[in-house]
Amino acid sequence: MNAPVFDLTLIWVGIIGFGLVMYVILDGFDLGQGILYPFAPDEQARDVMMNSVAPVWDANETWLVLGGAGLLAAFPLVYTVFLPALYIGVFLMLAALIFRGVAFEFRFKANKSRYLWNWAFAGGSFIATFAQGAVVGTYIQGFETENFRYVGGALDWLTPFTVFTGIGLVVGYALLGSTWLILKSEGYIQDWAYKITPRLLVAVLVIFGIVGIWSPMIDDFLKDRWFSGVTLLWVLPLITLFFAGWIYRAVKKRQEGYPFVATLGLFVSTFVALVFSKWPYVVPPNYTFWDAASAHESQLFLLLGLLFVIPFVLMYSAWSYWVFRGKVKAGEGYH
Amino acid sequence: MELDPLLLSRIQFAFVVSFHAIFPVFTIGLASYIALLEGLFFKTNNPAWERLAKFWTQVFAVVFGMGVVSGIVMSFQFGTNWSNFSYATANFLGPVLSYEVITAFFLEAGFLGVMLFGRNKVPKGLHLFAACMVALGTFISAFWILSANSLMQTPAGLELRGELYHVASWAEALFTASFFYRFWHMVIASFLTGGFVVAGVSAWFLLKGREVEANKKALSMTLWLLLIIAPSQLLIGDYHGLSTLEHQPTKVAAMEGNWERGTGVPLILFAIPDQENEKNHFEIKIPKLASLILTHDFDGELPGLLDVPAEERPPVFIVFWAFRIMVGLGVLMIGFAFAGLFLRAGGRFASSPWFLKGLVAMSVSPFIAVVAGWFVTEVGRAPWLVYGLMTHAEGLTPSLTGGMALFTLIGYILVYAVIFSAGVYYLMRVFQAGIEATDDDKEVESDHAKRPLSAAHVPLEQGDKA
Ligand code: HDD
Ligand code: HEM
Ligand code: HEM
Repeated sequence: MNAPVFDLTLIWVGIIGFGLVMYVILDGFDLGQGILYPFAPDEQARDVMMNSVAPVWDANETWLVLGGAGLLAAFPLVYTVFLPALYIGVFLMLAALIFRGVAFEFRFKANKSRYLWNWAFAGGSFIATFAQGAVVGTYIQGFETENFRYVGGALDWLTPFTVFTGIGLVVGYALLGSTWLILKSEGYIQDWAYKITPRLLVAVLVIFGIVGIWSPMIDDFLKDRWFSGVTLLWVLPLITLFFAGWIYRAVKKRQEGYPFVATLGLFVSTFVALVFSKWPYVVPPNYTFWDAASAHESQLFLLLGLLFVIPFVLMYSAWSYWVFRGKVKAGEGYH
Repeated sequence: MELDPLLLSRIQFAFVVSFHAIFPVFTIGLASYIALLEGLFFKTNNPAWERLAKFWTQVFAVVFGMGVVSGIVMSFQFGTNWSNFSYATANFLGPVLSYEVITAFFLEAGFLGVMLFGRNKVPKGLHLFAACMVALGTFISAFWILSANSLMQTPAGLELRGELYHVASWAEALFTASFFYRFWHMVIASFLTGGFVVAGVSAWFLLKGREVEANKKALSMTLWLLLIIAPSQLLIGDYHGLSTLEHQPTKVAAMEGNWERGTGVPLILFAIPDQENEKNHFEIKIPKLASLILTHDFDGELPGLLDVPAEERPPVFIVFWAFRIMVGLGVLMIGFAFAGLFLRAGGRFASSPWFLKGLVAMSVSPFIAVVAGWFVTEVGRAPWLVYGLMTHAEGLTPSLTGGMALFTLIGYILVYAVIFSAGVYYLMRVFQAGIEATDDDKEVESDHAKRPLSAAHVPLEQGDKA
């Protein structure tokens, strides 16, 4: 079972990593709209915010499903340890995503109950993001496992550290959301997004700093990795800082597209840093990617299909985006 | 009292999957119906077909949206509550569920936007193509998920190495003994669902005298369809049962309420099965009929529940009655299909009040039959999770406590109650607005969003005006 079939498992690390980054980025900016919702200047701004993510919301959720199914296929142990360990958190996330999805659909149809759907959208986005951030914290913290099974308690995942990473991701998605809004809006709404972005950026950097200090304190493995000498790893935080600087400059110069692009860079470099902090452990502290991998035949069976199908998926997705190209204008709400 | 995580997880799974199941059966049937309407419009250029297609697309959008959110919950259920099962069977289950995502869900998501909002943005032919692709996606989805389920019913092609199952033969594992029956039974069930809902709604409009022309057309077409598929379902169901007799004899014994193995077994029409005392109360039966149906011989031998030890028997009462509800409704559907043919001969199928009222009532029947059918299949498999290989208890998440399971069970019930009421309320508004509402859909720029529910223009609350 542990026979290291290096090539295939490594390929799958790449595929799953790509899928995860896609999900975080895509759902990140649209969850970010929900997080910023209560602070928006007015109801018209909320209309624009919602419309700006409306065309992509549905496809983003499909990436989440692919993430779940893909993990079960390539790294079943991750699926069968993370989900039981985060049982309550997963429920909260799913419930939040459901409410948020429905709010998305019903808000524009409602008059009297509109404020309720506003709350469902904001609350759902917040809770779903918080739960995802807590997953990151739990991953750093590690899992109590025995014989390939989770044996810890129901609320082991809920510690001061994971609460902090949860809130951290909320702020992070808010930053993704605000830079997306710069790209997609105009007038006073865009002004507002320009205004809040630097503040969010500072908050994100402070949070990264605290997580960076806190993590080695709770996890010796991570401490050794980072502080047992100067390694190539230290390049990653520098890259993150570079992107932060870029965001700041782009906002000052009022460039429309770069803040968002630079924020993507910030997220990707942080993600890579996280993976390499724990490498090769995927269910820390006991199991590596190779322990968690599924059978060689199964990884191969799916990989072949993936190579064949994905080009078609990309092709028709691109076509449907092209059909709906163009900007969403302010003031044109749903009827 | 000690809370039992196993029982609570079973109830939770049954609840969330039954809730999910009612949406796919409807979307599968409706997607094909809409593709057909689009095809007719493409060929004949008759605007009546387009108006019908527009109307049903609105309904489709709402149902599809609810199917998606409830489906996302399903894909995490295997891990949260049945992690031992998922871990042991991941080599099969993982690739199959992933294939479903990449071949079906992305296909549906990719073309849905064009189907719902692209009517004026792409040429007619492409729009028809998008509708066909969405319909195709729903079938591909059914293919994979039913293949996964069939493996749990009639396992094959697997090899146990250590604690984990490995796939020895993909062909055998994907196409197990019960797969083809299950797939076709489910496809026809979906068509019956689409058919009876369309028939019911058209009948309701006809009773109100609204849009008589279009609704008569829709009803006539649907009745022809039902005339073919309702009897087919009985036939496929019969073969399905024969295959089950071969592979899961105890399940058939529970369906028939038959305790003792024997020959010339009667068909029991009514009984109260008593699991503890191993017998039935208040039986009403027809001699030798069960043997005839299942072995095609009056004196054929049938298995009994007493063939296996008590702890290997499924809950008989549920299986027995769920089976009768499904078959009863199936027969009633055939009855309605033939009544339609009879009334058509007299030219009254679109005007006979009792028939139309009956059709309105029948529009919920396929949903009940589908859930009942799944209860037969799944409860009848108990205590096995993977038939003969793994029990429910062995598949359960080891770290799960009763308290956790109860918390999420109550949570899902609350969440779904809210979502379901909102969804049904909204569907009712779409029906009330009717086909007429499709005529004044002035295109609004932001309505081109690629999202399911926003294809429907009807305001949520009564009195709101768009
Ligand atoms: C016979 C059909 C059938 C059955 C038995 C199931 N499903 Fe389903 N499912 C569909 C047919 C379908 C569909 C027709 O493809 C749906 C309905 C609405 C939709 O969006 O796609 C869907 C949606 C859907 C989605 C959302 C897809 C998206 O994001 O677009 C997920 C994740 C699942 N399902 C997962 C499951 C799981 C884990 C099941 C098993 C317990 C299950 N479904 C039973
Ligand atoms: C969509 C239609 C389906 C319905 C309505 C349905 C219904 C049910 C019900 C009622 C049970 C409870 C049986 C019992 O506990 O005695 C159950 C169990 C189960 N089913 Fe299904 N099922 C469906 C499809 C599937 C599919 C496609 C799969 C797998 C790919 C599946 C996997 C399971 C599992 C793992 C259990 C065990 C958990 C439990 O016993 O509750 N089901 N299902
Ligand atoms: C009219 C006579 C019918 C017969 C003889 C029949 C027979 C059967 C049998 C024997 C099973 C269980 C198979 C197994 O678990 O191995 C089954 C399951 C099922 N039935 Fe029926 N059925 C009939 C009508 C219907 C109708 C009208 C519907 C819905 C519209 C329906 C929907 C289902 C579903 C969804 C299942 C579970 C999935 C499956 O195992 O195929 N059936 N049926």
